[in-house]
Amino acid sequence: MTVQEIKEIMLTVPMIPDMELAVTKTVESLSRFIPFTGDQVDEVKHAIIEACMNAFEHSRSADCRILLVFKVGPCKLTVEIVDHGKGFDPALVEDPKIENKLFKNVRKRGWGLKLMKHLMDEVDIVSNRNGTVVRMVKYADAYRKEALNESV
Amino acid sequence: MNQFNIDIEHTGDYAVIRSDGYINNLGGEKISEECCRLLESGCRNFILNLEKSPIVNSIGVSILIELIERVLESDGKLVFTNLTSTIAKTFRIMGLLQYAGAFPDELTALDEIKKM
Ligand SMILES: Nc1ncnc2c1ncn2[C@@H]1O[C@H](COP(=O)(O)OP(=O)(O)OP(=O)(O)O)[C@@H](O)[C@H]1O
Ligand SMILES: [Mg+2]
Repeated sequence: MTVQEIKEIMLTVPMIPDMELAVTKTVESLSRFIPFTGDQVDEVKHAIIEACMNAFEHSRSADCRILLVFKVGPCKLTVEIVDHGKGFDPALVEDPKIENKLFKNVRKRGWGLKLMKHLMDEVDIVSNRNGTVVRMVKYADAYRKEALNESV
Repeated sequence: MNQFNIDIEHTGDYAVIRSDGYINNLGGEKISEECCRLLESGCRNFILNLEKSPIVNSIGVSILIELIERVLESDGKLVFTNLTSTIAKTFRIMGLLQYAGAFPDELTALDEIKKM
């Protein structure tokens, strides 16, 4: 069985403080269509907050907006977070380690991408000098194995 | 605008800090400022109850990492209580719980702090 994507919602938000919280309300509403547990919804919300914060902070996009595309399937949620900023090379981002940050005079930050990867089931980033698309997928547990097996 | 509040109960050498609201840069800074003020007044042990802060972002947590560093450098301890499972997972992914414990509630945390 292929997973049919049944609904698509697009949202454009300005890069202003706390907009990432407004976006999480959309996640809550859409999650009612998917058999997610409360914790799974919470994980999706946190991952999207990180992707939005990155677009806000690092993209330097001239239009100061991000586009979010939510695709609601019967067993999964796909979210694309799109900015039209300067882009970056994810391969050059170092994997953060707490032991390299604590008790050293270094920047304590650099966790967002790692958190997204752990909180979601799939994360793909396509980025170039016209902008960045972060595509993330979360499967509802009951369907997850099936969906993952399909792609093997 | 998102509201952030903090409630502090300071008893002897420990303080319970209860945050209420989104722990972003502003929330993180507010917690950090209060704890640093307590550190300067001689308080060494901190119980940070996040029951009313179910949402955090990485910037807020990085400020908490700086705070944990300061507390440990002052030979103190900082522990968390009432974490949602997502926040507990986030802290675990970051390796934070090796340096700051997590307990289900304030009483358990206090017992542990007294034993340490
Ligand atoms: N949308 C984006 N546009 C441009 N650069 C980005 C984007 N997203 C991430 N980056 C780059 O990747 C780096 C790593 O991002 P990551 O979220 O892991 O850490 P951070 O944002 O620097 O810190 P933290 O997330 O802990 O607050 C950023 O510092 C930035 O250089
Ligand atoms: Mg980030």
